[in-house]
Amino acid sequence: MRVAVIGVGQTKMGEHWSKSLRDLSTEAGAMALKSAGLTATDVDGLFIGNMSAGRFVGQEHLGALAVDHAGMTPIPATRCEAACASGGLAFRKAYLSILSGHHKIVMVGGSEKMTDLGATGSVGTLMGAGDQEWESSIGLTFPGLYALMARAYMERYGLQRDELSLVPVKNHTHGIKNPYAQFRFPVSVQDVSRSPLVADPLRLLDCSPITDGAAAIILATEDIARRVDRPVWVAGSGQASDTLALHDRDDLCRLGASEKAAQMAYSQSGMKPEDIDVAEVHDCFSIAEIIAYEDLGFAKRGKGKQLLINKDTSMGGSIPTNTDGGLKVGHPVGATGIKQIIEITRQLRGEAPNQVKGAKIGLAHNVGGSGATALVHILRSD
Amino acid sequence: MTHRSSVPLYWRLQKAKYTLVGTQCITCKSLYFPPRSVCPKCRSKGFTKQHKFTPSGMVATHTVIRAPPEGFESMAPYSIAIIKLDEGPLISGLVVDAPDKIATGKRVGAVFRKISEDGKDGIIHYGLKWKLDESV
Amino acid sequence: MPDGVGIVGYGCYIPKFRIKVEEIARVWGQNPDDVKASLGVEEKSVPDRDEDTITISVEASKNALARAGISPQSLGAVYVGSESHPYVVKPSATVVAEAIGAGPAISALDTEFACRAGSSNMVLCMGLVKAGYIDYGLAIGADTSQARPGDALEFTAAAGGAAFIIGRKDVAAHIEGHFSYVTDTTDFWRRHGEDFPRHGARFTGKPAYFTHVREAVAGLLQKLGLTLGDFDRVVFHMPNGKFPTAMAKEMGIPAAKLEDSLVVRKVGNSYSGSSLVGLCRALDIAKPGERILLASYGSGAGSDAFSIKVNGRLVEIRSRAPMTDDYINRKEYIDYGTYVKHMNMLKGVAT
Repeated sequence: MRVAVIGVGQTKMGEHWSKSLRDLSTEAGAMALKSAGLTATDVDGLFIGNMSAGRFVGQEHLGALAVDHAGMTPIPATRCEAACASGGLAFRKAYLSILSGHHKIVMVGGSEKMTDLGATGSVGTLMGAGDQEWESSIGLTFPGLYALMARAYMERYGLQRDELSLVPVKNHTHGIKNPYAQFRFPVSVQDVSRSPLVADPLRLLDCSPITDGAAAIILATEDIARRVDRPVWVAGSGQASDTLALHDRDDLCRLGASEKAAQMAYSQSGMKPEDIDVAEVHDCFSIAEIIAYEDLGFAKRGKGKQLLINKDTSMGGSIPTNTDGGLKVGHPVGATGIKQIIEITRQLRGEAPNQVKGAKIGLAHNVGGSGATALVHILRSD
Repeated sequence: MTHRSSVPLYWRLQKAKYTLVGTQCITCKSLYFPPRSVCPKCRSKGFTKQHKFTPSGMVATHTVIRAPPEGFESMAPYSIAIIKLDEGPLISGLVVDAPDKIATGKRVGAVFRKISEDGKDGIIHYGLKWKLDESV
Repeated sequence: MPDGVGIVGYGCYIPKFRIKVEEIARVWGQNPDDVKASLGVEEKSVPDRDEDTITISVEASKNALARAGISPQSLGAVYVGSESHPYVVKPSATVVAEAIGAGPAISALDTEFACRAGSSNMVLCMGLVKAGYIDYGLAIGADTSQARPGDALEFTAAAGGAAFIIGRKDVAAHIEGHFSYVTDTTDFWRRHGEDFPRHGARFTGKPAYFTHVREAVAGLLQKLGLTLGDFDRVVFHMPNGKFPTAMAKEMGIPAAKLEDSLVVRKVGNSYSGSSLVGLCRALDIAKPGERILLASYGSGAGSDAFSIKVNGRLVEIRSRAPMTDDYINRKEYIDYGTYVKHMNMLKGVAT
């Protein structure tokens, strides 16, 4: 039995002073239902990915909040949390719930309302994705964690500052055409080098922003999906875990969880890295994208930068990545995993603003924390 | 009150944070810092006992935090390194030396410092930071 | 009458930041040469933002333990003397004890008697060791005192501390005896809730510092049947570079016997640490057989005088930890704005 995406919806990503968490979630859910040609009563289960509404806005129990405000009670509603991989995790749980036979049409969304807390509060709250006792407690922020990886990677493989900058340059370029992006301006290598240091060697333009946003997908069983126009099929779903703290990893220059989740997804789908036409990878910080290329098998260890230098991952290249701008143009944490899959869905339906010609197989890669959780989904158009 | 104001949350980690007491697996003898109650290799057969680590090691990688979270605003910018202890485990630690002196491979030892405090009327969190061996 | 009790280990700690008299004088529109001439101080130590009396005490204690070569579990007492304990209620001594691996079967206490608290802690430990209640006691004097901005004390109030392990076994410097002289003389004080102390200006001289140090030394000499000529080195409490030299001159002590201990010129007055850091420097360089006179002074007021006789063991142990000069000579100069930031004197700074 196969499962397909039959509807998508997302809010604009940015600072939404007038919209609350429930406003954003409901908006995205309504759009997804409309795009699937369904109403709320058609849905028999809901999964919502959210990292930290409790700390951002003092709200827990998000499954209940989402179905209540969508008028979808009394269906089962579940919140999934895996830090920045909450969205990808919710998608996998929704997918498995249909495969199990217990559900037929499931709404899976993700949302995060970060800006009510301000920048310093957000930095602190995001640290909950790391090890509270041994990372957060010494003020080791998320830019700091990825900076530690970046320096280790740069020293081991000789990656240069300007080469690392190719990630935000590419992604900001892609984001210009994305109507949902928080930022829609180009960025040059010089702009990156001139942007303020956040955690050496990472600069402001190496980092994803603080964003409010929500995104939602309708998943359905094969028989229901066959009745809609251009369903996008879930070909493989992989998930893996690793140590919570960066210092407990086997290797600072790779995310073992990404590798294993990718292997699971490739094996289930019968695909190999070279079969992927378009990918959304988790570029929370520039270095994460380069490491992701290697973890996902697109490049050999230490050689990730070649894909950028040779423009393989740009539009027109052999494996365009982050065609919607990636996390650089918006990272509403819990929603990110969902919006990535939405971009792949658009690509496989031929409706993406930066359309990859003839894209048939897409991959979405979503990471939690500094690599303790990874979700990889492979989707196909047929 | 947030968890940052909790006394027990910090109190129960004092031995580990003040004196680098970690654990050792009673079965395979692997050493763990930060401490773990169960050895991830031996699992149900891997209970652990206390082990006091020598406070010396080497910088494995490092950064400077310039956008601090709450509680660390007035300390910024501050350096953090992942340090490989001589006995094996890697840990994250604040480094007291100037950023331009810190480099991968340099040897470090521990110094006792204030890590953070819970505002003006809350408790002070103490612990170990790291200092390059090359300075006094 | 040596009864075997003495210093088994010692160590000091001085933070690395320094601010020069010139820099403070510049801010307040004073002539630095006049200040240096009247106070006999060139620069003072300033703690880092993450240092306080507790962290300084821990570092000094670890140095003392390294020299003593004993396990921290052998300590029966830890006493921390300061007028800048980080908490008004909550002991520094328990943090220090846990940080160095001492206790929990231990007597731990904070003491305060202005700059005399550390030396008085030594007396407490001597008593417990002599009575046979404990094998080893750790006596600490440390401070990161605040000085009122623009006040004369701002040029000298500094941060630092020293720790002494008192015991009977493997004594490196015997404490031959001590004498305390104490009266209710309020030359310098700080009330609850006040950030900065007040002082009696010239009243802090003759009726306070000089009287109490003189009487404590006199009492010590009489008790032990010694004369000033029996001492090779002298260490006095150093509120500045002038009081101790004037005291020595009045007593007829040659300046050369005092000079080596005058750390105040380069690191300022670390209050409860002051005379004890001076003692550390004296112990770093004293030869076996030399006799050292130590007289502390704490406002309020009182002085503890000690006669300390160095032996060969001191030479064996002294290189086991950083020397006082290692701390004095490692320094980084800061400006007044940075000083004020380090001393937490800026309003509205988020902690």
